Amino acid sequence: MSENRTTIVLDPTTGKEAAGFPGADRVASIEGKTVGLLDITKPRGDVFLDRLEELLVERGANVTRYAKPTFTKPAPVDLRHEIAANCDAVIEALAD
Amino acid sequence: MTTIDRPTLPDGLVAVVKRDCPTCELVVPVLDRLAGDGPHLTVYTQDDPSFPGIEGDVVDDTDLTVSWHHEIETVPTLLRVEDGVEVERIVGWSREQWRAFTSVDDLGTDLPEMRPGCGSLSVDPSLADELLARFGGSNLRSRRIEIAALEDEFEAAFDRGWTDGLPVVTPTEARVLRMLEGTTRAPDETVATVPPDLAEVTVEQVAINAVMAGCRPEYLPVVLTAVEAACTEDFNMHGLLATTYFSGPIIVVNGPIAGRIGLNAAGNVLGQGTRANSTIGRALQLVIRNLGGGKPGGVDMSAIGSPSKLGLCFAEREHDSPFAPLSVERGLAEGTDALTLFAGHGPNAIVDQLSRTPESLVRSMAAVLRAQANPKLAMGMDAMLIVGPEHGRIFREAGWDRSRFRTELEGLLMLEADPMLRGTDGIDEGLPDFAAGATVPKFRPGGLQIVHAGGDAGLFSAVVGGWVGGPKGSEPVTVEITP
Repeated sequence: MSENRTTIVLDPTTGKEAAGFPGADRVASIEGKTVGLLDITKPRGDVFLDRLEELLVERGANVTRYAKPTFTKPAPVDLRHEIAANCDAVIEALAD
Repeated sequence: MTTIDRPTLPDGLVAVVKRDCPTCELVVPVLDRLAGDGPHLTVYTQDDPSFPGIEGDVVDDTDLTVSWHHEIETVPTLLRVEDGVEVERIVGWSREQWRAFTSVDDLGTDLPEMRPGCGSLSVDPSLADELLARFGGSNLRSRRIEIAALEDEFEAAFDRGWTDGLPVVTPTEARVLRMLEGTTRAPDETVATVPPDLAEVTVEQVAINAVMAGCRPEYLPVVLTAVEAACTEDFNMHGLLATTYFSGPIIVVNGPIAGRIGLNAAGNVLGQGTRANSTIGRALQLVIRNLGGGKPGGVDMSAIGSPSKLGLCFAEREHDSPFAPLSVERGLAEGTDALTLFAGHGPNAIVDQLSRTPESLVRSMAAVLRAQANPKLAMGMDAMLIVGPEHGRIFREAGWDRSRFRTELEGLLMLEADPMLRGTDGIDEGLPDFAAGATVPKFRPGGLQIVHAGGDAGLFSAVVGGWVGGPKGSEPVTVEITP
């Protein structure tokens, strides 16, 4: 067992970076577009989203509201698909 | 990985010896005689290239390449090789056998008739894993990473982001193979899908991280089971990692395995000083970090964190507990090796050195539990109550079992909502107005775990605060530990 030789170790990681997701194309204007507002159900997230809804509607957007069942878990797949299918853009609210 | 091919032996006689063997020392004159006479002799020496110090072909086998590949189990071993193929072997010293083998009729006249040999270094238990890793063409699949001779292996692990801030044991193949002996599961078996990156991880990959955490092989079944339990929908490891809250997975072990692997349930139970306690929880966290990709500042957004996020594992003190084990309350048979995973953080003290009746003591405990997270909040955060043995004795002597204790305690944790409403006491935080007039439990049903643990002396217990409980957060998970 000679000294001073290279040590071979086993990779403790998966050797992969998590796949990144490119963001959707930005909408040029919100006029006439459907904007989803996703409430993660933290306290007072609704206060923030209510105000955003007012401002968006003033500017001619249609607004659809969504909510995660709990803020402690990732949004369910079905909810993500529903938002993607129905909306041109989405705003997610974190609040406390 | 490069594997070393099986070396071919030279034709003629081949002897394998080591200096650290009295029988090998004994046969030196015989080897000397054979080197000068008869068929060609080659001697392979395992520990000292200057041994046996005879004229002739003596080959250094201190790296044990020849001995390992030719399955030498005893020294001296004498082989006959024809056209590169071994045709016969004898082991140890027997005058009669050696004479017949070499056709030298007067060989070893001065030697005793017989001496058994010694163990070959190539089967020495302390070298076996390293030799298997070096020569065995192991079936481990992980990528090999070379740490250069001039690189410090501990610094290399930090530089690659593999550690939690403390040094890790370098995961060499030999150490990982030894770790895998702690389980009956195959290295390529899938254990779980680990968040946040949803990596499907194998027994081998968990074993690598268990080596790094400092685990012994016998801890591996607990680590594997903890990884499985953490990655269930109920436990919600993803959310627990991502939250700005304090908590991490806490492992509580029940059953005979705790004593078998040396898990501490007594003095300083949540503190330092016991290898199993310090490394099992750490191994789970390294799996989440290195395989799941969950790191502080990345998906882990804990605002303040807690020391238990390094890893926290302990055993319930069962032998003198007033209560049936936690795992039994949670549905498993008594005596089952089990672990419960609880999303919690550090201990808060419950000091009561004057109560001598269960009625008084349980009120002390309830008073501290009521303040958990915020005295004006209820039903949100879970908790674990650790009853210290000196407190436990008071309940045991009064005949309060787990169910009686829980009933009394939970009765004291039914709270009138009105003084807890938002704005009362000059504090904006509190229960929402719709709770006015109601009586609310401090903890949701199933949101308070009770464990007996700690040292013999000290009239203390502890509250371990927990995260959001139940389907909205994390449900404690209790499972059997399988080998």
